[in-house]
Amino acid sequence: MKFLSQEETKRISDKVMSLTKADQCEVTINGSRKGNIRYARNAVSTAGLIEDTQLAVSVAFGKKQGTATVNEFDEKSLEKAVRRAEDLARLAPENPEFMPTPSKQQFKATDTFFQKTADIDPEFRAQVAAYSIENSKKNKLVAAGFFTDGTSFTSVANSNGVFGYQQDTGLDFTLTVRTEDGRGSGWVKRSVGDASKFDARAASDIAIEKALKSVDAKALEPGRYTVILEPAATSDVLAYMFNAFDARSADEGRSFLSKKGGGNRLGEKLFDEQVNVWTDPWDKDVAVLPFDAQSLLARERQDIIKNGKIASLGYSQFWAKKQGQRAVGTPGNIIMAGTSKSTEELIANTKKGILVTRTWYIRMVDPQSLLLTGLTRDGTFYIENGKIKHPIKNFRFNESPVTMLNNIDEIGKPEILSGDESQFQLLIPAMKVRDFNFTSLSDAV
Amino acid sequence: MERRSFLKVGAIAGGSLLVPVFGNAIAAEELLNPMAVQLKKSLADAAMNAATKAGATYCDVRIGRYLNQFITTRDLNVENIVNTESSGVGVRVIANGAYGFCSTNVMSLDAVADAARQAVAIAKANSRLQSEPVVLAPTRGVGEVAWATPFKKDWRAVPIKEKAEMLLAANKAGLDAGANFMASMLFQVNQQKYFASTDGSYIDQDIHRLWSPLTATAVDKASGKFRTRDGLSSPASMGFEFFDCKPENRIKAAGNVTTLYKGAYDLIEDARAAGRQAKEKLTAKTVEPGKYDLVLSPEHLFLTIHESVGHATELDRVLGYEANYAGTSFATLDKWKSGNFKYGSDLVNIVADKTTPASLGLVAYDDEGVAAKRWDLIRKGILVNYQATRDQAAMIGEKESHGCSYADSWSSVQFQRMPNVSLEAGKKKLTPDEMVKDVKKGIYIMGRGSYSIDQQRYNFQFGGQLYFEIKNGKIVNQLEDVAYQSNTQEFWNACTALCDERDWRMGGSFFDGKGQPSQVSAVSHGSPTTRFNGINVINTARKIG
Repeated sequence: MKFLSQEETKRISDKVMSLTKADQCEVTINGSRKGNIRYARNAVSTAGLIEDTQLAVSVAFGKKQGTATVNEFDEKSLEKAVRRAEDLARLAPENPEFMPTPSKQQFKATDTFFQKTADIDPEFRAQVAAYSIENSKKNKLVAAGFFTDGTSFTSVANSNGVFGYQQDTGLDFTLTVRTEDGRGSGWVKRSVGDASKFDARAASDIAIEKALKSVDAKALEPGRYTVILEPAATSDVLAYMFNAFDARSADEGRSFLSKKGGGNRLGEKLFDEQVNVWTDPWDKDVAVLPFDAQSLLARERQDIIKNGKIASLGYSQFWAKKQGQRAVGTPGNIIMAGTSKSTEELIANTKKGILVTRTWYIRMVDPQSLLLTGLTRDGTFYIENGKIKHPIKNFRFNESPVTMLNNIDEIGKPEILSGDESQFQLLIPAMKVRDFNFTSLSDAV
Repeated sequence: MERRSFLKVGAIAGGSLLVPVFGNAIAAEELLNPMAVQLKKSLADAAMNAATKAGATYCDVRIGRYLNQFITTRDLNVENIVNTESSGVGVRVIANGAYGFCSTNVMSLDAVADAARQAVAIAKANSRLQSEPVVLAPTRGVGEVAWATPFKKDWRAVPIKEKAEMLLAANKAGLDAGANFMASMLFQVNQQKYFASTDGSYIDQDIHRLWSPLTATAVDKASGKFRTRDGLSSPASMGFEFFDCKPENRIKAAGNVTTLYKGAYDLIEDARAAGRQAKEKLTAKTVEPGKYDLVLSPEHLFLTIHESVGHATELDRVLGYEANYAGTSFATLDKWKSGNFKYGSDLVNIVADKTTPASLGLVAYDDEGVAAKRWDLIRKGILVNYQATRDQAAMIGEKESHGCSYADSWSSVQFQRMPNVSLEAGKKKLTPDEMVKDVKKGIYIMGRGSYSIDQQRYNFQFGGQLYFEIKNGKIVNQLEDVAYQSNTQEFWNACTALCDERDWRMGGSFFDGKGQPSQVSAVSHGSPTTRFNGINVINTARKIG
């Protein structure tokens, strides 16, 4: 179906809310159009377009809540969804932690829509694939990549008069380029809202160059090394940490942010003082919706880490009320302060170290210390006297992001990207970190 | 772009478990009414006729209705009850030697015919960048057939109240036994899948799966220490009788250190044990790093099999189709062709199958209409085969597909997914207690913990839920902070003993991710308790700030 405008979602939401006599009602409408192209072994394997529009209605009687969803928008279907939500609410047990839907929220629009991204067509996608395949072939390399772009709208409304609507666009591109004999592998990732900030050629060239340079990797002994972590090497590591910036877990004593004896570590210095992290839905590079579509609360600019100190934690509405705090919308982006230094400058300033392109298969080992394990992948190089000396075999690491952000020597220029396994848009810099803990070697290329 | 849609479920340590959202929420009673087979057949025929007319040399149509119910609880509260439904039609064609795919949620003859024509147009466009034409291994059309997961008690007919009460009773048992916090969940899945192809098959399948994970958390506020113990259940393709646990479904772990389950699950009993053991973990001895002989219980070993054998023998990975995301594989074609690549010791026999009762991979036919089967991957330690779909079979000299095609939704294109991959039991009589008796310096590990492996499946690190130290043939005490690191080939060649058939049971992965856009699948892995000698164990305790 066609993309719904603000007027249309407002009319539909009002209609849905008029159909119920429940104590409260929330209506969320989402629509998206997502195109993709996937290729491997220097040939396109799949390409497609997926369109979907859904309406979710959530009602509550007292502390009993039910939710139902439809993807048809005629009056009969809307009524059916409302009745189903009411039925589920009546069946559900009372939730002592139920919180009433918010009243009066101000949603100041953010710049999340870019026409150039919305205009991406199959020809554009094919061109992205063609460039990486053709240039890989020229270099006797093998390309495998995935490009996806999307345009979405999100509309939220409730029976207390809260209403928000916004459209957003975005694209994600990943490319792995390998040598024919499988001894070298390079990779690149780009994820932006505005297609004018995406250069498929420049991105593909990075993966190609890394593939060519990574052949004949030498083994270094596992141990603690100074590392230069490109932004993609820390994106999932940091996302793991910020996903755990939750006040309730900390107050309950089951988080790395819990305080010995009770309470949380808000205000404590846990990281190097160079570390400054915040969320800002209006950021020009990584703008996100000004509201959190789950809680219907407005997002705000918030410091998360200020000069190495914990500056804020996330509160659900229930926990905020219990602890006398204020709940705001869950962050959609994470921004870490950087400098103007390029990764090349960080390398030039390094006597001995390791350059890490990306990390992979990161899993929590111990939530107590936030110890994570994972591996380097697709471009790991030894640095000596300010220059890349040679490629090295991949390592497994066991390291906590808390330790990592305490051992920062130098910070580079932030880049826009997203994690493989996180829900945040990220703007994070390359970092030079000392004593990073590599615990074993991997033969994987 | 706003990131992917996830459903935040449950309260586990360090954040929430995020699962992908599928489909639309619906009322429970709607789940019980299947679509009429004749309607599905006429939709499939409309799509196949339109595709053939537009120039397709092959067409398959998948009409799917995917029903899920999730219940999440936290301590003594039900956090969320969600019923979801998603239905629609996916059409895959081959035209000009290339694949094309298109899907629609509009279930009309015109809409599916349009989707088929669009799939043909996409195939023709893709054929320009195709280096070799797609060739499907032959499969026999089976006419009109139907199959359903065998079950006794339909989860869709069990009242929500009963399910919620069971979860809350489990949480209460855990809290009473020593946990400070409990979380439990119930995932229930029904996939009504209709497959038709121009080979002459019309296959109607009704598939059911269940999983009930839990987490107990114990906190020592004074020291600031906390520990968790997850449930030891395995997901299964069964009905709600899964929760009717009888004495024969209970298994005593070696040294009687805990109770394990086979074929059914006592959620409340395991929650009680989890509460007690989470508390005990707060004061358990921290492991001395070094080489140990590991005794791995099936509730743990399943994930090591999954990561180090299951994914490594996926033919699409071996060939490079997954290079950009999941990765490739060390188990390359030249190793397989040599006929003597020692993946593991002579004791190691690993089979693939989609036929084991109650396994998550259990079906009658895959998503290409190929009948489910069983075949060897590793025999006497030698790599002998891979997992293939119809378009891959010829590449490894097979005359027909292994039946490994799967799509997680009508809207997703099917591709090669892992069948059940299981380690056969030992031929000699051996119980876990007898196995422990022979171990001088070892660790007995149970449950699924932290897991990570590289993109070619060489180097891995795994943890569990419960660890017990073995000294001179006896289990002496509980351990904490344990993870083992190894290399796949070294690890499987260090396999020195397997318990017998009596101890064989399955673990399973409910949300295994692969592909771009990412798709999930569910798969089981069986094994007996198995011993691996001289494996490197690290201590994972760290101090921060």
